[in-house]
Amino acid sequence: MATDNLAEKIPDFNSSAAPKGGNGPVDVTALASIRRAKGFKEIISVLALAVVVVTLLEFILIWSNTEAYVFPKPTAIIQSLFTDFSTLYREPLIQTVQTFFLGLLIGSTIGLSLAVLVTLKPKLDIFISPYIIILVTTPMVALIPFLMLKFGFGITPRVIAISLATGPMVMINSATGFRRTNAELIALGKSYGATEFQLFRKIRFPFALPMIIVGFMVGSIFGLLTAVGAEMVGGGMGLGNRLIYFSSLVQMAQFGAVLVIVATLGVGIYSFFTFVNRKWASWDV
Amino acid sequence: MTQAIRIKITDVSKIYQSETKTVEAVKNFSESVKDGEFVCVVGASGCGKTTLLWCLSGLHPVTLGTVHIDGELLTKPLPDRVGMVFQDSNLLPWLTLMQNIELPFQIKKKPVNHELVEELLEVAGLKGFENSYPGELSGGMKQRGSIVRALAQDPEVLLMDEPFGALDAFTREEMNLFLLKVWEQTKKTIVFVTHSISEAIFLADRVWVMSPRPGRLSRIVDVNFERPRHIDLQFEPRFIEILKSIRKDVEGSKARQGN
Repeated sequence: MATDNLAEKIPDFNSSAAPKGGNGPVDVTALASIRRAKGFKEIISVLALAVVVVTLLEFILIWSNTEAYVFPKPTAIIQSLFTDFSTLYREPLIQTVQTFFLGLLIGSTIGLSLAVLVTLKPKLDIFISPYIIILVTTPMVALIPFLMLKFGFGITPRVIAISLATGPMVMINSATGFRRTNAELIALGKSYGATEFQLFRKIRFPFALPMIIVGFMVGSIFGLLTAVGAEMVGGGMGLGNRLIYFSSLVQMAQFGAVLVIVATLGVGIYSFFTFVNRKWASWDV
Repeated sequence: MTQAIRIKITDVSKIYQSETKTVEAVKNFSESVKDGEFVCVVGASGCGKTTLLWCLSGLHPVTLGTVHIDGELLTKPLPDRVGMVFQDSNLLPWLTLMQNIELPFQIKKKPVNHELVEELLEVAGLKGFENSYPGELSGGMKQRGSIVRALAQDPEVLLMDEPFGALDAFTREEMNLFLLKVWEQTKKTIVFVTHSISEAIFLADRVWVMSPRPGRLSRIVDVNFERPRHIDLQFEPRFIEILKSIRKDVEGSKARQGN
């Protein structure tokens, strides 16, 4: 495309900036660099393709006489979303979102604090990191049965699991961001007599911000996975529980509707952090 | 001329110690810099010239010996008296040029000296770019910006660590002329580290030649060319003569080290 070629020729003065990549054990930062549709025309064509795919799916399901319990028609799902929203979906949605936000708040606060701690006291890192790796690599949903024995069927076990899923992600990415800070920038700050706190506030934190935002994005997505997964395991609340419920009753249109809501939540989280990244950390892109 | 001594370096040694080895980066270095003098430090890479500069800035403590600035023993950075310019412009990419220049004032909790900043921006040819982000500026402009940031603090001493090392030859010449212009106007004391011998001769009143491992002062060359200097100076025989002689020293010290 003509515009793309033009963009390539504009000199990039930033090419010698801080090295990208090598973002610690969990490199999911690529999520932040997926190309977005630009301009009205591109958005329209992306939407048009989506409509075509969904319509095609609808017709294939009609022509092949597929029963609703095998695969629900898109129209049935959309209809259920509109007619049953307040009766079937609103309450579980609110429950899931509340649990998710509570877990994210607790997890990310702890994660960010730990990241600051290991930045200021690097020696602690070797003691903390192994546990963080274990937490990152273990699916926190697996803890739910155990946590329910301990804390009952309420919101507590799920909030704990979500915190454990989000916190380490926020921590790893933030710590990597803090550590990546150019040594010369720190020297510059010191040569102007900056205190440790000033160095942190004026240089380390803004420098790490893009990585922190990515940490929050990945953490939130892991948190949502854990929230829905945990609800599927037990507790009788939230969207995850509805998935189990509708599939066991073979109400596949309703099942599909819940799935669409969950997917929308995920995309919403992704879009939100992409927006935040562009707003406050565009210099790094 | 009886000029006051700005920087006095007495028997300075700097030893870096890591887990596996000990490096004697600078050894028994003694010299002084007069007020308003432009000193360039040259030498093969790894000869300790950057280490020496960092010792003068107070960012790295010396292992042995002393550094005095205006008679005061240096133990930590002196933000009001000594400015530092690095090889990379080190402008913070999330701040505009103006915000970058104002940052040191904020760190020191002092009001911004707008008059001086405006004047420096004018000299640096950066008027109209105050609200640009570093990513939108060329390499030369960024480096001029970082020099403006340092000079806006009105330090008596400016320490420069290969500030033009990353620039292309033409931009580098431009920057040399810019720096000389600023220096002639402000009469700061400058210690300028470079690996380019011709740059050193072109800029300096005196060139300190260092020999590596351990880094020592091997020779001091007085450069008495008239000022203001013209860019064609570097093609004149008297310039080339000094260039050759320093070059021989640096190469010689490299060859000795290779044995």
